[in-house]
Amino acid sequence: MNRAIESNGVIKAACARLSLRGFGMLPILVILGVLMQVVTLYVTGEGSFLTSQNMGIVAQQAAINVVLAAGMTFVIITGGIDLSVGSILSAAAMVALIVSLHAGPMAIPAALAAGLVLGLCNGALIAFFGLPPFIVTLGSLTAVRGIARLVGGDATVFNAELPFAFLGNGSLTIIPGVFSVPYLAIIALAVVLVSWFILKRTVLGIHIYAVGGNADAARLSGIRPWAVLLFVYAVSGLLAGLGGAMSAARLYAANGLQLGQSYELDAITAVILGGTSFVGGVGSIWGTLVGALIIAVLSNGLILIGVSDIWQYIIKGLVIIGAVTLDRYRLRENART
Amino acid sequence: MNLSKDSPLACMPGLMHVQDSERSTGVTDVDPRCRSGDTQTRSGRMVLEMSNISKTFGSVKTLKDVELTVYAGEVHAVMGENGAGKSTLMKILAGAYTADPGGEIRIDGQLVSIDGPLSARKHGISIIYQELALAPNLTVAANIYLGREASHGGVVLKKCMADQCRDVLARIGADFYPDTTVAELSLAQRQLVEIGRALHARSKIIIMDEPTTTLSSREADRLFDLMRQLRDDGVAIIYISHRMAEVYELADHVSVLRDGQYVGTLARKDATPAAIVRMMVGRDLSSLYKKEHKPARDPVPALEVRYISDGIRVRGCSFALHGGEVLGLAGLMGAGRTELAYLICGARTRSSGEMLVAGRRVDFRTPRQSQDAGIAYLTEDRKGLGLFLDMTVSENINLGICGRDAYGGWILNRKRARQRAAQAIDSLLIRVKSARTPVGTLSGGNQQKVLLSRLLETRPKILILDEPTRGVDIGAKSEIYRIVDDLAKAGVAVLVISSELTEVIGMADRVIVMREGEIAGSLGRGNRAITEENIIALATGAGCMPQQGRSN
Repeated sequence: MNRAIESNGVIKAACARLSLRGFGMLPILVILGVLMQVVTLYVTGEGSFLTSQNMGIVAQQAAINVVLAAGMTFVIITGGIDLSVGSILSAAAMVALIVSLHAGPMAIPAALAAGLVLGLCNGALIAFFGLPPFIVTLGSLTAVRGIARLVGGDATVFNAELPFAFLGNGSLTIIPGVFSVPYLAIIALAVVLVSWFILKRTVLGIHIYAVGGNADAARLSGIRPWAVLLFVYAVSGLLAGLGGAMSAARLYAANGLQLGQSYELDAITAVILGGTSFVGGVGSIWGTLVGALIIAVLSNGLILIGVSDIWQYIIKGLVIIGAVTLDRYRLRENART
Repeated sequence: MNLSKDSPLACMPGLMHVQDSERSTGVTDVDPRCRSGDTQTRSGRMVLEMSNISKTFGSVKTLKDVELTVYAGEVHAVMGENGAGKSTLMKILAGAYTADPGGEIRIDGQLVSIDGPLSARKHGISIIYQELALAPNLTVAANIYLGREASHGGVVLKKCMADQCRDVLARIGADFYPDTTVAELSLAQRQLVEIGRALHARSKIIIMDEPTTTLSSREADRLFDLMRQLRDDGVAIIYISHRMAEVYELADHVSVLRDGQYVGTLARKDATPAAIVRMMVGRDLSSLYKKEHKPARDPVPALEVRYISDGIRVRGCSFALHGGEVLGLAGLMGAGRTELAYLICGARTRSSGEMLVAGRRVDFRTPRQSQDAGIAYLTEDRKGLGLFLDMTVSENINLGICGRDAYGGWILNRKRARQRAAQAIDSLLIRVKSARTPVGTLSGGNQQKVLLSRLLETRPKILILDEPTRGVDIGAKSEIYRIVDDLAKAGVAVLVISSELTEVIGMADRVIVMREGEIAGSLGRGNRAITEENIIALATGAGCMPQQGRSN
């Protein structure tokens, strides 16, 4: 009887932990949203944060990071890291713009292909040569940045008649004049849904979690860890390529040197805020979405309030550290040992 | 691990009294009701007295008014099934947990409060955990001194530490040096370092939590000698073990916990295995082992291995395993048993020899290929190489089979997975509230059953079990024996690797024994009888003297 009660308690704690983990820091996102509304109301006299127009802007701003962070979630669940996504995004955006100048409709496929190939290179080095992901992708962070500058001749490429520009700046109207959703946000949401499906509903997804949780056990139980690793880095590269196309669509231009600088850090931040374990084996794509939104809400809200650029950095950094601390503290409360 | 090769003791017949469970013959079954208070002890001085110790985690009461009295100069065994609260009690004593208010801990009659590992150490208590807590990158001396470095103005006095260390190492009979790096030591040697650390801290009470699970019989024997020596020096040793034979051999008192409650303490003369088991499970275990299957001998063995080697640890091993048969694989730790299993299941590549499955030659390069051929391997390292502790029970059970169940080969069939999990939980008696519980929260026995059911879901024809009951409580053990017996009855060929001789003898129809990478011999079925003596003789090489044992 005693044991029944004991296991009951453990299970309850575990379930509570899982359900909270699933959405990561949703409560913090909600609190931040309300806070921003209250502060903007106080500072500017009107609550300019929680308007449908501003929500659209937040979604649009978050979109590219959500896409990168989705790829990063795959990688971090296997216990790895991909530092090269910012550079790959930049290279893919360059490819998209250059191709759009010559063969318009091929631009997006070309960007995706560029991202996929670069991701596969990362994956092959990690999966077949057993090199540490941090070092491989640190190398490609630099090398791919060079490639991005190389393809455009180290200049900004511009295309005023970009055929897919509507994706970057247009919105899908849901209720005319009241509510519309930016296409970028729709793309990001689609990426999240597909990622969720792969992670939670496919054999491959189970294998991704298994390799991250215990790579040796995975191999002994008949999983091919190399295939899983190749896949996750390819996905990360592919999504960085998609991010490049999205970025090109938004800006009509790309610059190999500047575009995508330190985007990988935002993506990693979103994943961590989402409660995905750096050790691997634990994590959820919904958590990542919430994490990316927290970053976007913070940036957007601080601008609305009129906080200077310098202080934005400081506040963002502190909020991230604080949020993760809170999360750890809460998890420890639940865990038994 | 390397001990088996290097030690000159390897071929001495004097080592043959390992875990002798047949000693029970001379003991009379005395009334087990006597409690610690009224038993006679040799040295008499009460060194530790715990009373009314409770511990609550959240809303769960793991310990309930537990008491424990330990005398100086005794080995005091604490027994109980997994989850009975032994480890919690010990962690309270070692300061890793704090007990609920209301309990009392007295050391040498003085009421003390232990609120952290440091204060436990101050009171002369040391604990040696199952998972050793050494820094492998540091030297032996540095580890023994860890946290108490001898220093002068912040500068570590290496020479002084090494000198003192040498004394400690001499006392425990260690065959390594203060400046050896711990990473170079075997598990048994590392344990000695831990003991050395405890001695150096002048501990009055040393707690050992399952110290022999990772040792070979011979290494365990040396540990027992050391424990007796420490006991004679007046140290109180609290000893936690699942192995009845060891407890029986060593303990002066046996205290039993069940479901977080104190059941009672037996003095040495009353502590028969039957009495202890009765106290632990609250009922008689009529027969732990079940051997009802009747091995039918197909002309073609399910698995035949011919002269396989890996060039390192396995050298020219040959044997045949038939369907419906349980074949035991015994040997000392480091004899190459696990490595042989790895070769068979494709986790390592062999350098020579050949393998036949159901008469057909096979060549496995990955574990996946051997699984497709119907071979399943249960690892000895459940947490390190078997389970995915963060994943749910259901996911762990379905991991091997979900690919075959999936729609179109890649979309999970969740309904089928739920059915499989429910069935497995039901038929293997896995005690878990829900299939969605993370497997890391289960007890050892239940984890082992989850791992076993993952293998069974793939319907293997050949099952290799590596230490199937390591760290598993006695109730789950007997259930695992039942499962294996049922599988053999259903025609599965089972190879059981085990360091527990009684287990090998209880389960197997035939036994092959490995020594230093080679098959030293085979017992049962036309060969010599399967007895502990014969197994040990083959395992240690004592049987290399041609005449000995042939006559049994």
